[in-house]
Amino acid sequence: MADTVLFEFLHTEMVKELWAPHLEPGRVGWKMSLSVLEGLGFRVGQALAERLPQETLAFREELDVLKFLCRDLWVAVFRKQMDGLRTNHQGTYVLQDHSFPLLVPMGSGPQYLEEAPKFLAFTCGLLCGALSTLGFQSQVTASVATLPACKFQVVIQKS
Amino acid sequence: MAVCIAVIAKENYPLYIRSTPSENELKFHYMVHTSLDVVDEKISAMGKALVDQRELYLGLLYPTEDYKVYGYVTNSKVKFVMVVDSSNTALRDNEIRSMFRKLHNSYTDVMCNPFYNPGDRIQSRAFDNMVTSMMIQVC
Repeated sequence: MADTVLFEFLHTEMVKELWAPHLEPGRVGWKMSLSVLEGLGFRVGQALAERLPQETLAFREELDVLKFLCRDLWVAVFRKQMDGLRTNHQGTYVLQDHSFPLLVPMGSGPQYLEEAPKFLAFTCGLLCGALSTLGFQSQVTASVATLPACKFQVVIQKS
Repeated sequence: MAVCIAVIAKENYPLYIRSTPSENELKFHYMVHTSLDVVDEKISAMGKALVDQRELYLGLLYPTEDYKVYGYVTNSKVKFVMVVDSSNTALRDNEIRSMFRKLHNSYTDVMCNPFYNPGDRIQSRAFDNMVTSMMIQVC
C-alpha cells in the first residue's frame, strides 16, 4: 500500500533538490528551476500519453482528449479523477482539482501559498507533454487560491 | 510475415523503415510513401463518420499485383505501415491485427525509454529484434 506515496515522496525530493541553491527568498533563478521541473513533466507526459490510450479507440476531437486527461491520466498518476472541467469552447480549458494530492500534505488554507507553484510545475509539464503527443500545442498554467484546491488553465494553440 | 515495415511520425517523416529483401529498397520506400495518402484519406473519413467507434487498425490500404499494404494509426497520430507478400494468402486479418498490436507495444516501449527523444529515428535494438521476428526469413 506504499505505492501511492512513492511518487509524492519522489516529487517532493525533486522540488527540494532543485530549490536547494535558492535558499534566499528572492526570485533569482526560480524561473530556471521551474522550467526544469516543467521539462521533466513534459517528457513524462509524452511517454504516458503514448502508453495510456493504447487500448482505447481513437479520439475524435479536442474535448475527448481533455476528458481523457481529466479521467484516465489523472487516475493513473494521482488515483483520483479531476473534479471539474470547464471550457469556453474556443481552446481554453480550466481543470479544477479540489484536493490536489501533491498539495494535500502541505495543509489546507492560505498558508504556504507562495510555495505552491513549485509543486505544480511538474504537473503543468505533464499536461503539456501529454497534449503534445496527442497532437495539440498548448500552454498550461496553474493557480492556487487556497490549498489544496488548484486550477490548471490549458490554452490550446491553434496552428 | 511482412516484407516491409515502416513507422511514420505524425509530421509524415519516417521514424523507422526496414524491408527485406535488401535490394529494391527504394521500391518499398516509394510504396510506403504513396500509402500515406490513403492513410490520410481514411483518417479524415473516420472523422466525418457518424459511427461512435473509431478503430486504430485501418485495414487493407491498397493492393498491388505483388503486395498488399496495411495501415494502423495510433492516438498520437503515429502511423504503422506494413507491406506483405500477396502470394502469402495464409495471412488472415486478425494475424495482421496482432502484428500491429505488437508493433504498437514495442513503439510505446521505445517512447518510454528516457534515452529516446521523441521525433528521432528509432535505433532501439529491442525494436529491431521484434521487427526481425515479423519479417520473412530470406535464406
